[in-house]
Amino acid sequence: MALQRLSGWGRTAWTVADLVHTNDVSEMKQVINQSGARGVIARGLGRSYGAASQNAGGSVLEITAEGDPHGIDALLDSTTGVLDVASSVSLDSILRMSVPRGWFVPVTPGTRFVTVGGAIASDVHGKNHHFDGSFGQHVSSITLLLASGEVVELTPRLNPEWFWATVGGMGLTGIILRARVSMLPIESSRVRVETERLTNFDAVCEAMSSDGADNDYRYSVCWIDLLATGPSMGRGVLTRGEHASAADVKDDDVLAYDPRLKVPAPSWVPNGLLNKWSIKAFNEVWYRKAPGSRHVSIESIPQFFHPLDGVHQWNRLYGNQGFIQYQFIVPLDRIDVLRAVIETFSSAGVASFLAVLKRMGPQNLSPMSFPTEGWTLTLDIAAGIKGLPELLSRVDNMVLDAGGRHYLAKDSHVSPTAVRRGYPRLDEWMHTRDAMDPNGLWRSDLARRLGLVSAQHTRGNE
Amino acid sequence: MKNGVGVAQNIVLFGGTSDIGQAILRRIIKPGVARVALVSRNLEAAASFASELEEAFPDVEIHHVRYDAADASSMAHVVTEIVSEIGDIDVAVVAQGVLNEGMDYYSDPTGLITLCDVNFTSTMVLLYALSQQMKQQGYGKTVLLSSVAGERVRKGNPAYGATKAGIDGFALALDHELVGTGASILVVRPGFVTTKMTTGMKKAPFSTDAESVAKITEAGIASGKKVVWAPGLLRWMFLILKNVPLPVWRKLPL
Repeated sequence: MALQRLSGWGRTAWTVADLVHTNDVSEMKQVINQSGARGVIARGLGRSYGAASQNAGGSVLEITAEGDPHGIDALLDSTTGVLDVASSVSLDSILRMSVPRGWFVPVTPGTRFVTVGGAIASDVHGKNHHFDGSFGQHVSSITLLLASGEVVELTPRLNPEWFWATVGGMGLTGIILRARVSMLPIESSRVRVETERLTNFDAVCEAMSSDGADNDYRYSVCWIDLLATGPSMGRGVLTRGEHASAADVKDDDVLAYDPRLKVPAPSWVPNGLLNKWSIKAFNEVWYRKAPGSRHVSIESIPQFFHPLDGVHQWNRLYGNQGFIQYQFIVPLDRIDVLRAVIETFSSAGVASFLAVLKRMGPQNLSPMSFPTEGWTLTLDIAAGIKGLPELLSRVDNMVLDAGGRHYLAKDSHVSPTAVRRGYPRLDEWMHTRDAMDPNGLWRSDLARRLGLVSAQHTRGNE
Repeated sequence: MKNGVGVAQNIVLFGGTSDIGQAILRRIIKPGVARVALVSRNLEAAASFASELEEAFPDVEIHHVRYDAADASSMAHVVTEIVSEIGDIDVAVVAQGVLNEGMDYYSDPTGLITLCDVNFTSTMVLLYALSQQMKQQGYGKTVLLSSVAGERVRKGNPAYGATKAGIDGFALALDHELVGTGASILVVRPGFVTTKMTTGMKKAPFSTDAESVAKITEAGIASGKKVVWAPGLLRWMFLILKNVPLPVWRKLPL
């Protein structure tokens, strides 16, 4: 045990907790037994942007298997494609093992450096949400360590309530130990990508709507230039893809997979490196670089799915103030709100290095899962910008008034009321959570800020 | 819990009637703040500030806690009471203090006892109690209103200056002890501030107002500094003033 300062990927709101790295259940139980009033939370690779995997003054169990000399604890059934995997294993490790054997993860977020445990707890989504749904929909069983010390196996058929409370449950129902995940068969390790430049926001929404052929592609996402104004406001570069067939690939080894890290981010970065002017210049280049008309290319998995993973610790590019990632969703018919949000940010001079728009498919059975049918916009913003709390609170209300919500794995600032409004099944989930953890053992800084672990279950004198 | 854009959910002001304390709160209460506790001896005197806050920030719960800033032995209890009312303390602004200038301490030293109790003894006990709570929380920021008067104690207000010198030095050392716990202390050193505390006094050079002190304090909290001066120029002034030889110091018109 050691006191350790922790933050999420955004490097804001640091707090100190007792950090224990372990993959061993008996050690986890020991930490649980010795934990004080401020409880315990599991942490994987710390890729959630806000405070979901930190626990101020309490215990944090870091459950990762990076660099495990015994290889990864994952068994892939080559006939069914079912992967039986420890929660500590990252999607990166899985892909290194599975791609050469012809299997891909069913869902990957923008980084492959997330653990299976984190992917389930955040119910992560990827560029294929409109096609395949989110990660939890491909999980057929979860082995969970409860607060009582009991280990249970949850499946969507046998105990749907507990299973779906754990999917998207932000680690507040127990510690995910193992899972069975259905993998996707692939013929090659390449992606056939269609890239298209779209001159304004109307063109973007048109191309991505369901009758705009978006449903014909498994993967679809659009990068948006938030700083473009006037007639080119909301212009973007749309990329859509499919796993390439063996015939598409010229290479001899069609399943070759080599995700080597390319450049490290410098260890020290001047604050304000990413500012309105540098981002504007980047956006112009990025937009112009994309072909004017539809263009087909064959890309590798890291190129297409995980471009930012190419820069090690890219989160440091924001300097020591850190950054937040703002991701929300609004119903399909509320493009007006997307536009209003983009205008609000752009007129406040808030630049975003990465702004990404995606059309999401229907919601799954989890009460706390983020995706619902609608548009999700994601942007990252330097945390130290003057007036940001006021601006975000205004935008939060625009989103909530439109029937939208915020993604908890990204969240760093929303209010308890905002979660209540955005997640109408919050009480139902809290009720299930309380049944699974009657004494309120599991708690995180996110849970504390948002009141996700109800007050009557507060332990001791916290 | 503090959030990712630097907003504290729960804020406590010790010395609920302090002009500087109130000015700091006006600046740091933003969307995201849920609860504010005003701790003061005279709840009626703090009531007008409370209603001002209620009007300006309808989403924020305002709590009142009564205490006697001179009663050092009650400080730990006061902190416990606040925590039971609002939960974790994200930011505590310690603005309790008395000036008691112009009193004839030669013939009646009782005022000195109050002065030391409020400015020094109680504040020291309070900083320990807050730090203990924040260590358990794994985070938390205490803002101590010190004064340049403590930088080099001068004739005119030797007693006040000595209490500030003492508490300032103590707070910096305590902050050093807290490294690695998540709890930390920001020492704010204002110069002459035109407030009700200094009403009727002759303005000193580089005087400032509560609003400017608050602005500098807010920036100090955000950047994680250990000490801020208000105005900032005083830092360089005192670098010189602290080091001028005593005979020269005594001739200065301060």
